[in-house]
Amino acid sequence: MKSIILKKASDYLLPLLLLFSVFILLRGHYLPGGGFVGGLIASIAFVLHSFANGLNETKHLLRIHPGFLMPLGLSVSLLSGLYPMVIKKEPFMAAQWMKEPLDVIGLVGTPLFFDIGVYLVVVGVSLTIIFTLAEVA
Amino acid sequence: MTSNLVIVPVLWQFLIAVAQMFSWFNPRLQRKLSVSGNVIQVLIASWLLTEVYRQGILTMNAGKWPAPFGIVFVSDTFSAVLVLITSISGLAVSLFSLANIVEARMRFGYFPIMHLLFAGLNGAFLTGDIFNLYVWFEIIIISSFVLLTIGGEKPQLEGAVKYFTLNILASTIFLTAIGVLYGLAGTLNMADLALKVAAIPNKGLVEVTAILFLVGFGIKSAIFPLYFWLPASYHTPPAAIAAIFGGLLTKLGVYAMLRVFTLVFFEDPIIDTLMIILAGLTIITGSLGAMVQTNVRKIFSYLIISHIGYMVIALGIHTELAVTGAVFYMIHDIVVKTNLFMVSGLLYRVQGTHHIDRLGGFYQYYPRLSLLLAIPLFSLVGVPPLSGFWPKIDLFKAAYLEGGSFITICLAFGTVITLLVIARVWAEVFWRPAENLPERPNFRFWHLFTLAEKIQYITPIALLSAVSLIIAFRAADVHRISQKIASELMNPKNYIQTVLPDKSAEQQ
Repeated sequence: MKSIILKKASDYLLPLLLLFSVFILLRGHYLPGGGFVGGLIASIAFVLHSFANGLNETKHLLRIHPGFLMPLGLSVSLLSGLYPMVIKKEPFMAAQWMKEPLDVIGLVGTPLFFDIGVYLVVVGVSLTIIFTLAEVA
Repeated sequence: MTSNLVIVPVLWQFLIAVAQMFSWFNPRLQRKLSVSGNVIQVLIASWLLTEVYRQGILTMNAGKWPAPFGIVFVSDTFSAVLVLITSISGLAVSLFSLANIVEARMRFGYFPIMHLLFAGLNGAFLTGDIFNLYVWFEIIIISSFVLLTIGGEKPQLEGAVKYFTLNILASTIFLTAIGVLYGLAGTLNMADLALKVAAIPNKGLVEVTAILFLVGFGIKSAIFPLYFWLPASYHTPPAAIAAIFGGLLTKLGVYAMLRVFTLVFFEDPIIDTLMIILAGLTIITGSLGAMVQTNVRKIFSYLIISHIGYMVIALGIHTELAVTGAVFYMIHDIVVKTNLFMVSGLLYRVQGTHHIDRLGGFYQYYPRLSLLLAIPLFSLVGVPPLSGFWPKIDLFKAAYLEGGSFITICLAFGTVITLLVIARVWAEVFWRPAENLPERPNFRFWHLFTLAEKIQYITPIALLSAVSLIIAFRAADVHRISQKIASELMNPKNYIQTVLPDKSAEQQ
């Protein structure tokens, strides 16, 4: 199915949804949101793009295989937990925060990196599953 | 003592898995990472055990949240010993996988999943939080399901469906029990639960919760009457995978029982009686099942069930002597059962079948190899001076002095039948002349193997046989450690005080 409306809309929706997913990721520490939901929204953006333009277009857009995001995300999360343990001699996963909040993003600490890891894993897993199923079908 | 060392065995396995996922398309590198990683894992585990031995119980509050609120990881001697034994078995299995798992299976991520399974096992042994224990159980069940189905042969899928259905049921019951317990006590930390459960006025509800835990862990450790998933699934995957499952997964359920019923729930005659009856029936049905089977791996599967009964029945006696026997038996059993399934893999490779009616002449053609295989087989029976003999002294002593005639009869019955079964396997597979061996034109038989592959098959079996010989000849030391573990389990005051330093001071 090639629909010119969907195709045109997805061109605008892809960056918008990705921005929204990052917004959800960043607001996640004290408010509803976080890496898991953000990751799902980001993968929805790519799935929508693949509906409109075909799977190969989306794969071309992504450049890397989505499966690669899984170990990448896992290692980001793992390192955010290891950082306090190895550098600061504190328990595993003990949160380390910056003293001053950054503009726009807010206070940055290791929990944010844990969430970024979750975000990457969720994007990787859901896109791998959906792309594999789409290829088989 | 707080120490970050407690979490290192879990994180290390996790790190190996992540590193292997980065090299997803390079099974060659994954193999190297797996073996070298597991060698280091054994060193880490030994380090943890020596530290625990020197400094006493180690704890770590994850995320710096203080004990009853955050998740706490605790390593007492029991946990540390089990992590060490798991690491040694893990090393053997990853060596055995090199030649036993074909490249096609490795391409579907065999090694990363295996290391996630080990991370889950170590996590379950080290956690001090009952909900976290559930989470590790889930990690293990998900990884084991992938391992069981990898390759996608028809019998594998059939076994996996049975395995998964009953294990998910067990997880649901376990989760329900945690929910009820949280509703009663308002905490999930096991040390805190130990203090609070004792103070709950409604003893009937506590008893029901305890039975829910017993059913949940019982299904996972394959005790009567819900053990049918085990012999239906353990003979389907390749030998290396069956070795992990047979050696470690059912023992995890026993570990959870030992932990929960000594720490969280106080001694209760109804639960103990129930445990003794169920375990007695487990021993009897398991050994009878082993008698009638003709597939070597099914025989070993039923023997697993039968021997799970030994440990659970000892927990039912609920004295320090009995628990010493259970812990000692568990140490011996993990090593030997892992080894047995690898032995079955070797037999299959040499003679091309699992059926004892068709196997034969092994001793005639491979006398030295047969002597090696005799070690795990006769350790399992408990022929003195091999490793199965020593824990049984404690078990029988406890059964005779503190248990009663039913328990003694069950233990004796199980032992005699195990002897008969292993004698039958020995006579049919090793002594009988080879007449009926299958001819399989496309099968890669043992004599076609390269030297490297032969070494990869034999080294892990020799390694675990050596470990069980060490357990046998240093039985006094292992017994001393088991005694220490049993006294820690039966008197959890020290455990509670280490995990909750402020709270236990308040109570006094």
